[in-house]
Parts: sequence; structure tokens; C-alpha cells
Amino acid sequence: MVRPTSALSSGEITARRTIVRRYWLLCLPALVLLVFAASGPLLIVLAYSFLEPAEYSGVVWSLSGEGWFKVILNRDIFDDTISLADAHMTIFWRSAKLSVLTTLLTLAIGFPTAYFIATRPKTHRQYWLFLITIPFWTNLLIRTYAIMEVIRNEGILNSSLMSLGLIGAPLQILYTDTAVLIGMVYVYLPLMVLPLYAAMERLDFRLVEAGYDLYATRFQVLRRVIVPLVKPGIIAGSILVFIPSLGAYVTPRVLGGGKNMMIGNLIELQFGEGRNWPLGAALSIGLLVTVMAALVFYVRNEQAER
Amino acid sequence: MTWKFTSAVAGVALLASAGGAAAEGELNIYNWGNYTNPDLIKKFEEAHGVKVTVTDYDSNSTALTKVKAGGHGFDIVVPSANYVPIFVKEGLLLEARPDQMSNFKNVDPKWVDVPWDPGRHYTVPWQWGTTGVAVNTEAYKGDVNTSAIFMNPPEELVGKVNVVPEMADVLALAIMYEGGRPCTEDKALLKKVRDSLMAAKPKWMSMDYGMTDKMSNGDVMASVNWNGSTFRVRANNPTVVYGYPKEGYPIWMDSVAILKDANNVENAKLFMNFIMEPENAALISAFARYANGISGSEAFMPEEMKTAPEIVVPAEFKAAGTFLPTCPKAAQDLYTAIWTELRK
Amino acid sequence: MAEPSSTRRRSGRPFSVRHLPGFTLVAAACFVMLYAPIVTLVTYSFNGGESIALWEGFSLRWYVSAWANEAVQEATVRSLVVAVLASGIATALATMAALGTTRTGPFPGRMVIYALINQPLMVPEIVTAVALLIFFAMIKIATGYTGLAYLVLAHAAFCVPFAYLPIRARLEGMDLSYETAAADLYATPWRTFRYVTLPLMTPGIVAGAMLAFVISLDDVVITEFVKSAGQDTLPTYMLGQLRRMVTPEVNAISTALLALTVLLLTVFFALTRKRG
Repeated sequence: MVRPTSALSSGEITARRTIVRRYWLLCLPALVLLVFAASGPLLIVLAYSFLEPAEYSGVVWSLSGEGWFKVILNRDIFDDTISLADAHMTIFWRSAKLSVLTTLLTLAIGFPTAYFIATRPKTHRQYWLFLITIPFWTNLLIRTYAIMEVIRNEGILNSSLMSLGLIGAPLQILYTDTAVLIGMVYVYLPLMVLPLYAAMERLDFRLVEAGYDLYATRFQVLRRVIVPLVKPGIIAGSILVFIPSLGAYVTPRVLGGGKNMMIGNLIELQFGEGRNWPLGAALSIGLLVTVMAALVFYVRNEQAER
Repeated sequence: MTWKFTSAVAGVALLASAGGAAAEGELNIYNWGNYTNPDLIKKFEEAHGVKVTVTDYDSNSTALTKVKAGGHGFDIVVPSANYVPIFVKEGLLLEARPDQMSNFKNVDPKWVDVPWDPGRHYTVPWQWGTTGVAVNTEAYKGDVNTSAIFMNPPEELVGKVNVVPEMADVLALAIMYEGGRPCTEDKALLKKVRDSLMAAKPKWMSMDYGMTDKMSNGDVMASVNWNGSTFRVRANNPTVVYGYPKEGYPIWMDSVAILKDANNVENAKLFMNFIMEPENAALISAFARYANGISGSEAFMPEEMKTAPEIVVPAEFKAAGTFLPTCPKAAQDLYTAIWTELRK
Repeated sequence: MAEPSSTRRRSGRPFSVRHLPGFTLVAAACFVMLYAPIVTLVTYSFNGGESIALWEGFSLRWYVSAWANEAVQEATVRSLVVAVLASGIATALATMAALGTTRTGPFPGRMVIYALINQPLMVPEIVTAVALLIFFAMIKIATGYTGLAYLVLAHAAFCVPFAYLPIRARLEGMDLSYETAAADLYATPWRTFRYVTLPLMTPGIVAGAMLAFVISLDDVVITEFVKSAGQDTLPTYMLGQLRRMVTPEVNAISTALLALTVLLLTVFFALTRKRG
């Protein structure tokens, strides 16, 4: 990380220190806010994960590993045998699968859309950008209900497919994983399009032209020139879509019909009606650590590659 | 740029005005969303010169968690029967002695000595109802007064049944269907409950709220549902009927209580007394469509509510109804495990 | 797939380096998909019945009822105030943080900063909500202040990563040569920032601010736990209705808001275009 000091003169060290201090000062206001109103209070949750649940919600201040134990292991309530927490694994796996699919689909739809906007004349781009965001100025819940209205059996989607003669009977989309997927792609689309746009807007088309001059096909230009240039945007968009969709709560509850939980719903159950805060806390700290380790590992690798 | 400036000023003004301790003549009610008749509030404000603010919650556990944390600024909360004892044991409620208030004489005697608040030292009735099953008779013509509608759905209803995702209500119905009592810790029985729930789940369409809409428009043909919601459905779709499961069904009541750390205790007491007036209690019911527990309020209720079989429990089904007690932690853990297993 | 591009160049349309086959079609489909639910939402705001899923004829009753409903109006205004303030704060802080962590090369603690900034993304909202509830309740009791500032700060905090990532994506491949050139021409660091760096990163900042605004406007769970008496926002007002009955009143409010937004934007663009 830090260059070996022996290679630097003392003057260089002081200069480097001043610069690093400036970097830290630039980040400081954001860090103060985050420590005060996000990460700091999470320490409370971390502490709770090692305590005993109280009779009616909350915790008792005595140490216990029960919360962490229950995250991965399950003591059968009927015969007391201990096994892997099958229910938790199933729920985690479903969340991960749906989040990956959501990220891939938003990328597949968002990439061409962002490219389309970024290649409009400069004065028109902001209109298109607003056109993307305006639907999201309406409330999430009411939007989710509107999606439900589109995909239900007598909804627009089914009736137009039927009148086109593509299907004979309405498709049962509502209350399936497909419905959750549609809803999540819809909800998270701007989180993909906007970072992609920010990266594409500065795309230097002279490089693209150079690619064609060297007899590259459209596909080759896309893969070898455009994608590497906008990669920071793809990464930012994927992080913004993948991680929040892991913890999605409203969409699975409304469109999935609630038969199958996702991680967000499972954790909510423990803090709510389940009255087991330590388990909820352990589940969420576990999720946090997994995701953060993956992210840091990824960024490190990325830097090593350069 | 002036726009930015104006909005900043407006924001700062709003921040400043919202702070500070409660002034005189205020009342802060913390109640379920879409549950408080605005006309009732207006009437109270005019009668007593008090400015009332209503803030919403969406579940008993949210309300409990927030009140327990403190610093919320609420005066009144409206928990369900099985949560009132928790609020009392945690020392969150003021012993307001509504039983000594002038309008207490109007409370229907059957709602005075209730298990969650014997003699009504803390709470007064807000609304009560039942959790049963709503069935569209176009889809199924058989007996509707049974939990088998969702525990073992008849052929016609397979894939068309909804179960509201309320852990306490659903498990109570399932336990009584298998012959137990709510809050039981009998493992042999609970195993049967879990197995039949797991076997029934593939035959369900969903576990969702919002049945007033989805049963009205025919998306869902049968559902575990509340009586007041079913009453609304029938107004839109007359083929829907409400069934009282003969194996046993939960009765619930939400009660008004004053918080120990309330800023406006006197106004809160005025409000308690106010809603025990039959005419005012009728306003509560007219809005949310549930019965209220105040004698004489029927006279002021909308005509169609007075005879509705969803609101007035028919005599033959009265005995099967039971109050949900507050389950001990051990039972609660078993139920959460079953519930997680069911929805994995 | 790999047919020689020269054959393509002979096809009818003039060759454009910007064109990629099928992309416009996908973009068009994307816009249709985005607006299909919005059309239903607007349609049901004119529903004569009480439902948002059962059409019972045209009526303006929900507009009348929303107009008379102070609670829902106050909630709407509160949502907007919180979103404007929170996204403003978050965008400013995120811009600074992006400058301090991008194009810097590795320095001690960079990874920690990066992890901290992105942390709000990584736990489900309910967890942050419970943590903030407990922490803020202590402050509320100690200070007696129960105003809107808690909501604004909580929203600003979880909006930071949403503003930060697009800005960073923009900054990351922006090379330092323009700034070095400005410095060589004796521009002060501030003037270099103001006249060189800032204009170059503006699209990133706009994208980040828009995301932060939308994210704040949508938040339910954290708001539900942090709000004090009388601080319902539009999403928490709706969450309260969810279990009983969602009426088209919120559709009416949303439609009115949409109409207002489109109107304001049109005016804004018309004005800026004249100036430009």
C-alpha cells in the first residue's frame, strides 16, 4: 500500500503527507455524517447480536452466542437435532439468485438506454435523463401497485398478448419469482442507467472511429473499445443494483405475494413479530460482512490488475 | 439559484418550527394507518380547542419498538389486545383509570373485564373484529365456516386462496384447526400444525394483504381475512361471504391507551372520555367498518352495518370465537421457527 | 458475427460511428416499460370507486378528497422538503469524498473510507432503521429536540453512496492533464477546481443528485422508525394504508405531483434554452 519510505527523501514524505491529509479532509464531512447517522449506530446492532433476546422484543444485557448459532445452524424444534439452517440457506440463495438476475437484466436494458441518451445531441440529453427519472418521483408503493396492475391476469400485459394472439390463456405472472424480478428490474433501473450515463457521456468517439478504421466490426468495437472505456460506470451501476436488491423488502412483499421471503423480509420478521433481535442482528451483520468483504476483495483485485 | 436559496430557507424554517416541546392545546395520536376518522378528529378539535396530530404505524411491533425507545412525542397509542399486556409490563402505559371517567358507563359490560386489562384501568375500546375466511361463492359452494378453506383447500379453490401474512392470526387459526389452544407449547400438536401448513402452502396463491381489492375484482377467490374488510368486499362483490371457522377463530380488539411519557396527559384523557360517547364511537366505526364496543353507538351507525353478518356475529358462531392471549417467549420462538420454515 | 465491416458500410444508411444496431430499439422498449405502470397509476387516479385495482368509471372524487385532506398534503410537502435537503447535503459531501478518493493512487485508509461510504448500501433498511431509532431516541430524550433534522440527516447519510458512485464513475477515467495544464498556467487550486474540474464532472454530479433525490423520496422503513409525532411522509402514510385499503387518493396526489414536475421542467428548459 504505502511505498517503502527508504525510496523517498524526507521532503517527498512531507509533501506526500500533506496531500494525503488533503484527501482525508475532503472525505471527512461525508465520513462524519455516515458515522453519525449510519455506520456508528450499527455498532448497537453488532452488540445486540451477542446478547439474549428479551421476553417481548429488545434484548437483555447478558452475553449469548445463540443469535449467531441460529444464523447457520438449526436446532430442530421437535427433536432437538442440530443441522444446517436450511430455511435461512434457501432464503439467502433465493435473494442472491434474484439479485444477480436483476443486475444482469438492468445492465442488458440499461446499457443500450444509457448509450442512446449519451449519443443524443448535447442539448437534448437532459430531457432524456429526466424522462428516465420522472417515473421515480412517484411513490415506490404506488408504483409497485401499478406494476401489479400491468401484470395481473386481466392486466394490460396479458390482454395485449392475448389480443395479439401470442397466448391463449392469461399467464400467471403475479405472485411468482418472475413478478418479483420484473418489479426489481423496474425499481432499480435508474440506479444502473444514471452511473452508466455519467461514464458514457465522456466517451471519446474518436477512439470508436479509430476502431472502425482498423476494420473492427460493430461488436468488436463495442466489446474492445466502448465497454472498457465505460467500465467504471458498469461497476458503479452493478454495485448500486446488486447490493440493495439483496435486501429488497417492498417488492417481494407486494409482487411476490409474500409466500417466499427474501433476506430483507426474514430480518424484518426477527425484529418485528418474531421478537428475536439478536438473531436479526446477527443475520444482518453476517450479510454486511459478506457483502463488504466481497466488495473490498473486488476493488483490491481491480487495482492489482491495473 | 434563487430557487435553491428559497428552498433552503423554507427547509430551515420547517426544521425550527417542528422542534421544541409540545405547546398547550395539543394532542399526538399514534394509530394504525387509515384507521382514524378525520371527522372524529375535527369534532374533538372543535369541542375542546385542541390541535390533534395523527401519525401512522403499520404493525404492533413497530409501535412497541418506537414507544419503548422513547423520545417519540406521542400521547396516545392504540395497540391490539395481545400487545396491551406487553405495553403494561414494560411500564410504557399510564394508569389513566378510564373506568372512573364520566362516559365509562357507555362501555358494553362484556368489554369491561377483559383479560388484557381487567376492569379497564389503562385502556378504552377503539374497535374490535374477528379473523375468519372470506370466500367467493361463485368459485366454491360448500361450507365456508371452517378453516379447511385454507388448511385443506377444496378442489375448486386450489391455487386461488390467499392467507394474510399475520403470524399470530394464522398460527392461531391453524392450531385451533388441529384441536389446540392459542399459545400452546404442545410439540406433538405443533408438529401436526407445521406439517399441515406445509402441505397446504403449495395450494395457496399468495400470502398478502390488500384483500379488499383483490377479492372485489376476483383475483383471489378465498382468503383468511378480517371481517370489516370482507364487509367492504361484499359491497363491491355480493357473491363473497364471510365464514366463521367452527374449529375456532380469533377475536381481536384494539384499545386506546395513554403513554407514560405523554406530554399532553389531560388532553389525552379528554380524548379517551370523548370516544366513549356513543355518537363519537359510531364515527370510528363508520370510517373503518368495525364494531366498537360502546353500547348505544349502533343507533348512530350507518344502516347497512347494523345487520351485516360480518359485523354482528351470528349467535351460532359466537362460542367458537376466542381472544388471542400474549404468548410467552418459548411459544413465540416455536411459532417463529414454524413461520420461517413455512415461508422459506 | 464477425463479418467484415466493409460490407456493412455499403448498406443503405450513411455510416455513423455512434450507431450500434438494436440499441435504439432496446432504449425505446425501456421507455415503454418505464411508463406503462405510470399510465395505469394516472388512470386509476380518476377511478370512481374506492379501489386502485377495480375500475368503476371516471370521477374526480379522489382529487377532491386529496385537496381536502390536510394530512396527505402535509406528508407530500414533508417528503419533498426532506428529499431536497437530504439529496443536497449528500451530493455536496459525496462530491468532496469522490475528489478525495478518485485519481489519488492508494493512500493509507483509502479502503476504509471506501468501505464506510458504501456501508449504507450493505445492510437491509430495517437494520439501519432499528439502530437509528435507538441512537436518535437517546439524543431526543437528552436534548428535547424532536424536529425534522433527524430525518434529513438519516436520509442524507444513506443517500451518500448513491450520489458518490456515479460521481466517482465520472471522475475515474477523467485524466489529470486539464488540471495540470491549468496549474501550469498559474491557476490557483480553487480556480482550477471551479473552472476545470467541476464543469468536467457535472454530468456525474447531476446523475448522483438525481439518484439521491429519488432514493430519499422513496424511503419507507428508515423513515417509519426515525419519524417523531406528526412527521409522516408520503411513503409512511401509504405504508399505514397497506394492510387495510389503499385508496386512489395517493394516485391523485402522485399524478398532481407528476403534472407539476413536468410543468416546472418544461418552463425550466424553455428558459435555459433561450438563455443558451
